[in-house]
Amino acid sequence: MENKIAVQIDDLTVAYNYKPVLWDIDLEIPEGVLMAIVGPNGAGKSTLIKSILGILKPIAGSVSIYGKPYDKQRDQVAYVPQKGSVDWDFPTTALDVVMMGTYGSLGWIKRPGQKEKKAALEALEKVGMLPFKNRQISQLSGGQQQRIFLARALVQNASIYFMDEPFQGVDASTEIAIINILKALRKAGKTVIVVHHDLQTVPEYFDWVTFLNVKKIATGPVRDIFNDDNLTKTYGINYKVSVQE
Amino acid sequence: MSNAQIEIQLIACLVAVACAIPGTFLVLRKMAMISDAISHSILPGIVVGFFITQDLNSPLLILLAALTGIITVVLVEYIQKTGLVKEDTAIGLVFPVLFSIGVILIAKNANDVHLDVDAVLLGELAFAPFDRMIITGTDVGPKSLWIIGCILSFTIILLITFFKELKVSTFDAGLSASLGFSPAIIHYGLMTVSSVTTVGAFDAVGAILVVALMIAPAAAAYLLTTDLKRMILYACGFGIFSAIAGYWLAHSLDASIAGSITTMLGLLFLAVYLFAPGKGIIAVLYREKQQRIEVSLLTFLLHLKNHTEESERHVNHLNEHINWQKVRSKTVLNLALKNNMISIENRVVSLTKKGDAFTSQAIDYIMTNEHAQIEGMKDDFFLFRG
Repeated sequence: MENKIAVQIDDLTVAYNYKPVLWDIDLEIPEGVLMAIVGPNGAGKSTLIKSILGILKPIAGSVSIYGKPYDKQRDQVAYVPQKGSVDWDFPTTALDVVMMGTYGSLGWIKRPGQKEKKAALEALEKVGMLPFKNRQISQLSGGQQQRIFLARALVQNASIYFMDEPFQGVDASTEIAIINILKALRKAGKTVIVVHHDLQTVPEYFDWVTFLNVKKIATGPVRDIFNDDNLTKTYGINYKVSVQE
Repeated sequence: MSNAQIEIQLIACLVAVACAIPGTFLVLRKMAMISDAISHSILPGIVVGFFITQDLNSPLLILLAALTGIITVVLVEYIQKTGLVKEDTAIGLVFPVLFSIGVILIAKNANDVHLDVDAVLLGELAFAPFDRMIITGTDVGPKSLWIIGCILSFTIILLITFFKELKVSTFDAGLSASLGFSPAIIHYGLMTVSSVTTVGAFDAVGAILVVALMIAPAAAAYLLTTDLKRMILYACGFGIFSAIAGYWLAHSLDASIAGSITTMLGLLFLAVYLFAPGKGIIAVLYREKQQRIEVSLLTFLLHLKNHTEESERHVNHLNEHINWQKVRSKTVLNLALKNNMISIENRVVSLTKKGDAFTSQAIDYIMTNEHAQIEGMKDDFFLFRG
């Protein structure tokens, strides 16, 4: 594994209404890993991602992306929020949602043109959603909506991808399609960070893992640290998951 | 039509469009009630502004009053953020207080102004043509027309300039923040435009109609289109239609213009709510009925597929076996025949090739939930349109 650090988090503490949900997190994410963030409900997994992306303001600590603050590195980062965080009845089409991924590189006021549209169509193609480009987004199934979100992140052409539960509420074929795209991203040297719920699939899908429960429990290669000991520390009950090599 | 009549309708139309634009985004952001709050709580702003400027049409007064609108939004958010009450409660707490301060201020100090509570609630559109704008001795039209015209131009420029930012922050605030388009800036920008528009429209149409003009056209447009730009255009169109139709309704009934326009808005929304092709009540009921029949059809076809022996496929047997009323059996049989899915010989029903393929495909879909397989079926059958 290369030593270059994609994301560095120092002493990060985040609170809602003065109640800390993340305590003193130190975390280094090496470049080129496909990493799962696992932990029980309320462990602060989404909060961690939102704090890295500047959506939430931490009360202490700092985050850097390739050695610089997030504000300076927006174009390096793509974000897939939880599917349930948006209103899918919004009057817009699949293509238009994917186009939104290009807005960041355009900056304020400038409008997307042919170049952006072409990029969006290519991203739709990659996730197998090209035939649905003009469909209103509420007319898509849960899996299709998740693919649209993934396409929107792909169009950002970033180095680091943050995804908040991309497998939630999707059917098996979409799950496979998504994980194949994530693996292709890693192969292309990108760093992919995924909030993940299904512990059974961690060894199969990911090569890096972070255990989180308000505090960081452990982080490292799946084969070294994905064990009953860390699972028990994170989830509080006696966990037995056999890790297959 | 007299000049005054044309001017009144023109003012009403400009107000309608100026309200429909921010209104569309308020509806999409599920913030319709905030327009109600703003429209009431700008009253103390107008009164205080009048004390300072002594001119109801001064731009300074408009800005001061709009500031009260922003303060309302900030207060509502502050109270909500404490977590002690929910947003709708916070709105209900803030605006009556500010509104009543305005009412008391008028009663105590401004008896000689043409501001009274009736005018505040319903406006004085009929009197708008009397207050003229005079530039170097020339009469260039009613002051209200100029005020709302300026506000509308300003709103349209902002809309065109920041359309992309408005769209992304309304649809997905998280993405918007991560891309560097601060949702807070866009939110307060929208609130400022809503407040300024409300103040500008307030004098002409009053607090209640402002709310109606912001919400009803956008709500109706929402039921008719799946495209944001079109939604804005439809909302503007509905606003203009109601403004003109409402004016003539008032004319023929000799009633309040503001009241008539609001009535037209209500009727317009009702019509769209009932008859909108996709999302209207009638379309929804029709679709549900079709889906029920299609489910029956599928059950029926599946029965045929699973039972090859003739006794199981006799029309009489089907009636007993699937346990349907005669009418329903007939509807289903007719639908299947119409689509060439079955053939009937000597009262024995058999699946055609097409029917057989359709049944396999449909069952496959129900088992796997693979949408790609049924794209071709969506046009013919409601059931598969999700």
